[in-house]
Amino acid sequence: MSKEENNKEMKELLRQAIAPAQDTELRRDLWPQMLRKLEEQPAPVVRVPWFDWALAAILSAVLVFFPGSILALLYHL
Amino acid sequence: MELLERFAAGNLEAFEALFREHHKEVYAWIVRIVRDHGIAEDLTVETFWRIYRARDRFDPAGNFRAWARRIATNAALDQLRTARRETELPEGLAGAGTADPAVRRETRERIKQAFFQLPAKYRLVATLALIEEEPYKNIGEAAGISVALVKVRVFRAVRMLRKKLNSLGIEVNAK
Repeated sequence: MSKEENNKEMKELLRQAIAPAQDTELRRDLWPQMLRKLEEQPAPVVRVPWFDWALAAILSAVLVFFPGSILALLYHL
Repeated sequence: MELLERFAAGNLEAFEALFREHHKEVYAWIVRIVRDHGIAEDLTVETFWRIYRARDRFDPAGNFRAWARRIATNAALDQLRTARRETELPEGLAGAGTADPAVRRETRERIKQAFFQLPAKYRLVATLALIEEEPYKNIGEAAGISVALVKVRVFRAVRMLRKKLNSLGIEVNAK
C-alpha cells in the first residue's frame, strides 16, 4: 500500500470521527476585546536581569586581566 | 503613507483597519485547528496582540495576510501544546466496521481520543491535511516549514495513529 493510500484510509477513518469544521464564521466583534488586551498588556520592556550584568562584568574582567583566555573563549564559541 | 507602513510605525488606527480586514479569516483558520469557537476567539485576539507587538519587525512591502496566518498558526500550536489531552485510553474495542451504532459511536470517540493524544506539531498538520484537506503548500507556509516536512509529519502522524488504533483493537492496515 502506498503512502497516499495509507493517508486516504486514515483520512476516511478520521473524518468519520472528526468532521471537518463547517461553521467557521465569527459572530461577534472582537475589537473591544482586542482593545482591552492592548490596554491591559502594554508592549513589554526588554529588561536584562542583574545576574546577566554580573556575568558580563565577570567575563569582561577575566578578558581584561587574562587576555590569553580570549583565544580559549573563541575556541569554545 | 500606506496602511501597512502606518501599522509598522505603530499607528493604532492602521492596526484597527488591518484587524477588521483580516480577523475573520484568521479566526476561520484557527477554529479549523483548535475546533473550539471560544478558544479560537481568544487565539484570534492573541494573534493580533502578537502581530501588534511585532509590528516593527514587519516589512510593509511583505504579505500581511501570510504573516498573520503564520502567527495564528503558532498561537494555535501553542494552544494545542498546552491543552493536549493526557487521558488514558480504555482497553478493548470492537472493530470500526461494526454495524452496532453504539459501538461505532464508541469507536469514533476512541479515534478522537487517539488523535488528540498526538504531539501538537503532528496534530496540527494532520488536522489540516487529513481532516480539513488543506493543500500541503498552504500548511507549509502557515507553519513555516517545507512541503516535504509537511509530508513527513503527515506520514508520521498516520503511523502513530495507526499504531495507537491497532493497539486499541481498531483495525487499520499497517504498511
